[in-house]
Amino acid sequence: MADRPPLSGTTHAIPQPAGSTRTRPPAGAPGSPPAGDQGEGRRAGRRSLRRRERLAAAAFLLPAAAYMVLFFGYPVVKNFLMSFQKYSTSTFYTGEAPWVGLGNYRSVVHSSVFSKAMLNTALFTVGSIVGQFVIGLSLALFFRRRFPLSGVLRSLLLLPWLIPLIVSGAVWRWILDKDNGALNRFLAGVHLAPGHPGWLVTTSLALVAVILVNIWLGIPFNATILYGGLQDIPEELYEAASLDGATGWKAFRYVTWPLLRPVVSVVLVLGVVYTIKVLDIILGLTNGGPAHATETIATQSYHLSFQQFDFGQGAALGNILIAISLLFSVVYLRANRRAVDE
Amino acid sequence: MTTTLLTAPAATVRRRRRTQRSWGSTALAVLFLAVMLFPVYWMVNVSLQRSGSAVATPWFPEHVSFHGYSTALHQQGRNLVTSLLVASGSVVFSLLLAAPAAYALAHFRVRFSNVFLFAILLSQMIPGIVVANALYTAYNDLGLLNSVPGLILADSTAGIPFAILIIRAFMGGIPRSVIEAARVDGAGHLRAFVSIVLPMSRNALITAALFTFLFAWADFLFALTLTTTESVRPVTLGLYSYIGTYVNDWSSVMATAVLASVPAIVLLVIAQKYVAAGTTGGAVK
Repeated sequence: MADRPPLSGTTHAIPQPAGSTRTRPPAGAPGSPPAGDQGEGRRAGRRSLRRRERLAAAAFLLPAAAYMVLFFGYPVVKNFLMSFQKYSTSTFYTGEAPWVGLGNYRSVVHSSVFSKAMLNTALFTVGSIVGQFVIGLSLALFFRRRFPLSGVLRSLLLLPWLIPLIVSGAVWRWILDKDNGALNRFLAGVHLAPGHPGWLVTTSLALVAVILVNIWLGIPFNATILYGGLQDIPEELYEAASLDGATGWKAFRYVTWPLLRPVVSVVLVLGVVYTIKVLDIILGLTNGGPAHATETIATQSYHLSFQQFDFGQGAALGNILIAISLLFSVVYLRANRRAVDE
Repeated sequence: MTTTLLTAPAATVRRRRRTQRSWGSTALAVLFLAVMLFPVYWMVNVSLQRSGSAVATPWFPEHVSFHGYSTALHQQGRNLVTSLLVASGSVVFSLLLAAPAAYALAHFRVRFSNVFLFAILLSQMIPGIVVANALYTAYNDLGLLNSVPGLILADSTAGIPFAILIIRAFMGGIPRSVIEAARVDGAGHLRAFVSIVLPMSRNALITAALFTFLFAWADFLFALTLTTTESVRPVTLGLYSYIGTYVNDWSSVMATAVLASVPAIVLLVIAQKYVAAGTTGGAVK
């Protein structure tokens, strides 16, 4: 508190410490003493110093900025343009991509797969997020209680997260195999599901299986971030709350949850933004099948571009995906900010 | 003093009860972890079997066989080297771009730094398939398809924004006075950055390097879309083409899976203490 800068109005009476180029001089403040020749010169010198600072900053930032423009900006613009063009294999030979207006969007939306892919994307995203979050939060709360070996066990929990997604896909594909998979053998062994259900090859089960695998993948991330958030809540608050009679569920409801809210927002928004575009795990497990049972907007976009070589339609679906995740983030962050402000 | 003396016996009783209960917690945690880590165990188990195929694989590797590993190394060895090249290249390239940018964002008060940070957040919403879609056509024109540099550039899309955020958070904690002291001594901006800021940020740089490596190593989408031949093929795609066809030798597939997971785990174990220091430097804030 003591070293906080004095409030404005008194600043111009105090000489600026040397080298503090960051603090802007209160130029033009009413009642400031008339600037003499010396003041003019110093101000001009400071201005050129500021300009040099700005140039240096720009030089440091430039390579990364150029990369971001080339590898994020350009693809978005290019994709936007492609979505209005007939962009197919022949384009690569002839160099011609005729404009088709909203044609790509029309054929993409009217295709028989679209509504299924939309529904699957929604189910996959919501199912994965809810599962990951609930289990992740329970684990984070559980690991908050200190018990022997908790540190080691917590770091082991990270293992599934470190393994490349496509590797996890391959392993799960073998575990969920209909005839010889470990899961069905286990279930048959304990007489739970003796019929050897085809987890990945039955239309009614495939999406459930893919969601469960994705929940498994997301648990470590959720648990780790939420655990970090819990660590930041001061212990005294719980002591104070327990004096008021708030323990157990009440302590969670009135202390943990409100204070964890910002972290929860970040986890959920990131979760949706990442889950909505998941490709690896679905391609690795089912490739969108059987009979489009696990096809999402992302996998359909991939199939259109890179298997049917209709880049225009693939781009249109990609743009729809961007729009959805943008819309979600804006709506969610808005609603959340209002809740925090209140 | 008196109060602690008075409550001492009650406290020991309570503590003993708590330890008993906490061993129960340990048991519960071990049980949950066993379920969570079963796929990892299964991967290792199958990789050590003689050949996991038509008949059911035993639950334990009773007769350990390295047949899977020799097949995997024979067929995927080259792809592993490609992955290593691409991931290491991506680390170098990402840090070269991200570290100066992070410094500028942390220690210069510039108008466009907010715009830049917002752009980074926005970039996270762009699906990889959109980037791949556009890059495929551009790479086709530039002759970058099926090339290691092409993959390095594309794979850095995951690493660079992340590295900027994590290094910036850490550099924000370096006292301004340290940098100003160097500047007063006559060091230019670049000199101060290279000889003062970078060495002080070692933990953050190692953390960023580690994750950038993991992102690039695990990349599947760009490998899938930006390579069309077998000449340049990361191991993730090698694994995918294994499971894409009818699999009759799961032990080789799982051996490849293990080999594709090892670098990540080894790196994390080695770098763990730096990562802990690097992330507590304010990465989450």
